[in-house]
Amino acid sequence: MDWNILSWLVWLPVIGAGLIVLVPRDKGDTMKWIAAAATAFQLIFAVLLWSQFDSSHVGFQFQEKMSWIASFNIQYYLGVDGLSLPMVLLTALLSFLCVFVSWKIDKAPKGYFALFLLLDAGMMGVFLSLDFFLFYVFWEVMLLPMYFLIGMWGGPQREYAAIKFFLYTLAGSVLMLVAILALYFTCGHTFDMTVLMAQANDGLGSMTWWGFNALKVVWIMLFIAFAIKVPVFPFHTWLPLAHVEAPTAVSVILAGVLLKMGTYGMLRISYPMLPDGAIWFAGALALLALINIIWGALCALAQTDLKKMVAYSSVSHMGYVLLGMAAVVAAGAKNGGNVLAAEAGMNGAVLQMFNHGTITAMLFILVGVIYDRAHHRNIDGFGGLGARMPIYTGVVALAFFAGLGLPGLSGFISEAMCFIGAFPVFKTIVIISTLGILLNAAYFLWAFQRMFLGKLNEKYVDLPEINKRELFTLIPLAVLVILLGIYPAPVLDVMKVTMGHLIQIIQQSSLLAAF
Amino acid sequence: MNDLNIYLTVGAILFSLGLYGVITRRNGVAVLMGVELILNSANVNFVAFARFGGMNLSGHIFAMFVIILAAAEAAVALAIIINLYNKFGTVNVDDARSLKQ
Amino acid sequence: MMTFAPYFLILPLAAFAIQIFFGKRLPRKGDWVSITAVGTTLCLAIAMFVMMLFLYEPGAKAEQSFEWFNLGELSVKIGVLIDNVTVIMLLVVALVSGLVHLYSVGYMKDDPRYSRYFGYLSLFTFSMNGIILSNNLLSIYMFWELVGLSSYLLIGFWFEKDSAANASKKAFLVNRVGDIGMFIGIMLFFTATGSFLFSDIFAGVAAGALPLPLLTVAGLCLFAGAIGKSAQVPLHVWLPDAMEGPTPVSALIHAATMVAAGVYLTFRMFPLFTPEALTVIAYVGGVTAIFAAIIAVTQNDIKRVLAYSTVSQLGYMVMAIGTGAYVAGFFHLTTHAAFKAALFLCSGSVIHAMHHAYHKLGDHDSDPQDMRNMGGMKSKMKITFLTMFMATLALSGVPFMSGFLSKDAILAGTLSFATHHPEHFLLPLFGFGAALLTAFYMFRLIFMTFYGKPAKQEVLDNIHESPATMTTPLIVLATLSIFIVYTLPYINPFSDHGWFTDLIVATNSVVPQHVNPSAHEIAEGIHHAHLPAMIISLIVAFTGIALAVVIYLKKKFSAEKLAKNLALPYKLSFNKFFVDEIYDRFLINPTIKLAKAVGFFDWEIYDKYFINGFGRITERLSRFIGITMDYDVLDQQIVDGVGKSTRFFGGALKFIQTGKIQNYLVWVLGGIIIIFIIQAM
Repeated sequence: MDWNILSWLVWLPVIGAGLIVLVPRDKGDTMKWIAAAATAFQLIFAVLLWSQFDSSHVGFQFQEKMSWIASFNIQYYLGVDGLSLPMVLLTALLSFLCVFVSWKIDKAPKGYFALFLLLDAGMMGVFLSLDFFLFYVFWEVMLLPMYFLIGMWGGPQREYAAIKFFLYTLAGSVLMLVAILALYFTCGHTFDMTVLMAQANDGLGSMTWWGFNALKVVWIMLFIAFAIKVPVFPFHTWLPLAHVEAPTAVSVILAGVLLKMGTYGMLRISYPMLPDGAIWFAGALALLALINIIWGALCALAQTDLKKMVAYSSVSHMGYVLLGMAAVVAAGAKNGGNVLAAEAGMNGAVLQMFNHGTITAMLFILVGVIYDRAHHRNIDGFGGLGARMPIYTGVVALAFFAGLGLPGLSGFISEAMCFIGAFPVFKTIVIISTLGILLNAAYFLWAFQRMFLGKLNEKYVDLPEINKRELFTLIPLAVLVILLGIYPAPVLDVMKVTMGHLIQIIQQSSLLAAF
Repeated sequence: MNDLNIYLTVGAILFSLGLYGVITRRNGVAVLMGVELILNSANVNFVAFARFGGMNLSGHIFAMFVIILAAAEAAVALAIIINLYNKFGTVNVDDARSLKQ
Repeated sequence: MMTFAPYFLILPLAAFAIQIFFGKRLPRKGDWVSITAVGTTLCLAIAMFVMMLFLYEPGAKAEQSFEWFNLGELSVKIGVLIDNVTVIMLLVVALVSGLVHLYSVGYMKDDPRYSRYFGYLSLFTFSMNGIILSNNLLSIYMFWELVGLSSYLLIGFWFEKDSAANASKKAFLVNRVGDIGMFIGIMLFFTATGSFLFSDIFAGVAAGALPLPLLTVAGLCLFAGAIGKSAQVPLHVWLPDAMEGPTPVSALIHAATMVAAGVYLTFRMFPLFTPEALTVIAYVGGVTAIFAAIIAVTQNDIKRVLAYSTVSQLGYMVMAIGTGAYVAGFFHLTTHAAFKAALFLCSGSVIHAMHHAYHKLGDHDSDPQDMRNMGGMKSKMKITFLTMFMATLALSGVPFMSGFLSKDAILAGTLSFATHHPEHFLLPLFGFGAALLTAFYMFRLIFMTFYGKPAKQEVLDNIHESPATMTTPLIVLATLSIFIVYTLPYINPFSDHGWFTDLIVATNSVVPQHVNPSAHEIAEGIHHAHLPAMIISLIVAFTGIALAVVIYLKKKFSAEKLAKNLALPYKLSFNKFFVDEIYDRFLINPTIKLAKAVGFFDWEIYDKYFINGFGRITERLSRFIGITMDYDVLDQQIVDGVGKSTRFFGGALKFIQTGKIQNYLVWVLGGIIIIFIIQAM
């Protein structure tokens, strides 16, 4: 590809943001259409990328590489493989839909849409960069617009939430920076991920810092950096707050894309660079996954704020991703080299990342819809809306059932794959975490009952039905949720070679013999 | 006590009187007169050193300069005093305290 | 046959989609869409059934698998399996579903969500057919949950009623408890054999892929799914509550088909169960049979009696599988589907009539489902009465009816099992005890509803027979509860030998090391136990009927007095052994409390104190460093100190500056003098 499609993907929103800044202040609609156009083209490029992608090819495609800061060997290096491609599509799709979700933003639309596009660019950059330094830059670039979007367009506690989000994630970033530098100085003075993947494990594995294995130290630093983003228990409490306070579109992006960056980072950086660390940590990861699943579900069950419930459900659902990732050790000799389980787990994890992105986006958009009408989100404050808003109720039912993992909808197959993958190695943990399936069903159905079933709340006899714009933002997601539930192969086909390669990398580690 | 000492003593007395006058007089003109006394004490010293110091006429010449300088100084100082009077309506130097902030 | 299979899925699914999106705008609100879809599947099922009869081959089997997706080495295959069992199940489902569709046209006529109702029915038909056609555990599990979904939607169809909303949620969640077990079972089998296909799993297990104790556990895990779906103790609590749904739904889903899915699964998986697992299954079924029968005796809601009766009958089927007489269990599943659907639809007809009568009288408080309000309806609703009476005879196990044959086969199996394993003598006791109670409570239902006098005479005056769309299904189903339907070409009312037993034959267990008795041994044992079982079951059935006649028809004893004399058992039975209360108290409330506690801890304590604690500590530290150290000490004391001291001294020395040159001169003079003095020294 000679027209640098990846750079277009990253910089298109930036161009859009630049144009928006030039638009006079009172032309709010023009700004929205510019944002829509920028994200629409980005989506088209992403689909194009998908169609041109060679899924049988191991390694990175569409690479773009040039020197950026030569004295430190820093490169502008982009590339895409089966792991990042689903994330790119997800980002492009959600960004496009979110422009329409935020159509009613009338407080300083210029700033809002410019920042939003900047955020979009940052996310795209994270998923596409193959230079660790560039990765870090994009990782940080994304924080800033997020801070302002929450802090200025958020709910009543927005400043608190924004600062907390910013500081919390920044704390993680700092650890990542240290890890990056450690890798840089020990592994040949390069930030090139492909080089680091080949060298980091042996380079760090033989070193000892303060009596600890350097590899483990770096692994832990990277893990905490990514775990905060996922979020992994006990680093999860920024999430409900930030989600609740953020405006709808930002919550969608937060839950739909940002959380995935954590697990993406682990799979892109920690796993291939430090396979020994991945194996060493797998047991702990499975345990953390269990805690995430159960803890998140219990917390969700206790909520009365619908948005907070959905936020905690994300904590629970991201637990499945971790569980699937931990399954990679099933390929170990003790389990008879059960590559099937490792494949199920790893592919399930990435599929779950994608599916959770679509499902949770639907959930947050739906919360936004009802909040725009009723101006509150108290689950107990509704009642019987099913009779008043049948279409809305139908879409919510679809999203809730997808969330609770109903077969035929996309969430089921990825959760099942994560469970099936992890089962041979972590039997007890998986069996306990299946309780999460029950708890998930409990809070979703309970919330559904309290909001939509029973007698119609007198206050809401005139509540307007969901409108066309809102439906427009939901239908593509709903179609994806149903299609991937029935036939997940298109997404799996794209990622399976990459994941298979990753499993091979892990398999080469000597530590795997313990499993 | 030799002769030089007598001249020097006269000079010192003259100087002290002049200094006293400069410090204690309130009237600007009187202060000026004190300054004249000091200058003249210097003249006495110059001439005395010229006479007893075995020098040539340089002391005398310096004394001549001082007299001329004193005349010029008296002219300038009187002009200042007149200006002072114009500005403050008095020639009392205590009232002219613009140096103090 | 294979070519027919896709239509069983596509047609109902398409009908569901059409109903959901366009139903309201179609003529007649689109009921014909669903009816056409299910009618076509019925035709196909009949065609397949006829083909099966012509073939008359017990081992007939067609299977086709395809790859759903693959992940490199892992290839997930799903597919379709059609054998005689499938054909019979498809026919049962299509038939009952078709009749219920027809019946619903009359029953649901004025409902505002008429089209959606038919859409949900189609969704159910789709998922149920999916379970039947699956040849693998994965797609069974998926359709398994989907029938759960349609059950949820239909139980909560009148969601404005809180009781309906609660019941639907309960049904889904209780089923999910079982499903979790099933999922774990699936994972165990998959881990051991690397496939979801029945054939692969059977082959793997036969080759010893799972050690015996683990095989027992895996089998029981799978059975947990059946416990949930088929409402076995201890997960039976959802089924009686599910009666909140419209009555035709109760007939289709909660009596004839969906609840039988558990039995069907256990039946399909029978070769995998070890003797230990089978014993557990037998006891679960036996306990369920007697337990539910005891509860059914004292219920007054006509649908609840039938619901508990369903639970009890499902217990029979499960017990049959557990004792090895699993063909008998499947036979009972088939016959039960017809007569229990008939009973429910008849009760629906009665409720419909009562409802309209109350409506006409302007009475909105009386419960149209309470049997104490009914009575004497025999003369007003002749068709309903006759069909219900026939179905009752079948359920009670009276000769010449289908239920007699199937129940007898089960009891024979149980008896044979107990003769071989005397320590399990309780199982036949459960079986015969439940048979006695069944006969009793069913005739109690008949007498209370159709005989005697109603609570209010004017209600009876307004009772009318239901329209033809409702009575036709009753007649069809009642006809299907005659024994001859199942025994052709033989006509012997005391033997179940017929096409059914010819075409459905037991297969041997695949459990390795021959720990299970072979199919032949089991059949032999049942054959020997046949006669004694029949005699005992006839005796208990007629005893039960006689008791009902004495108490409820002739009123020789007062039922109230009996209840008073047997206060404790009565109370236990009437309150369903307080199972719901126990679950509420010990499972549900603690879970919610735990959730609240965890949520509170997470948000109010962990986040606010621990996580924010970092912020607060940092803030304190920064305040100490930034304010105390930096500002107060460093800046204020040291940096500003230089200036301050200068200022202090300046202030102190300021008085020297008088502005008077003469003063300054004095200082100069003083200075010179000091210098002189120093010089001098």
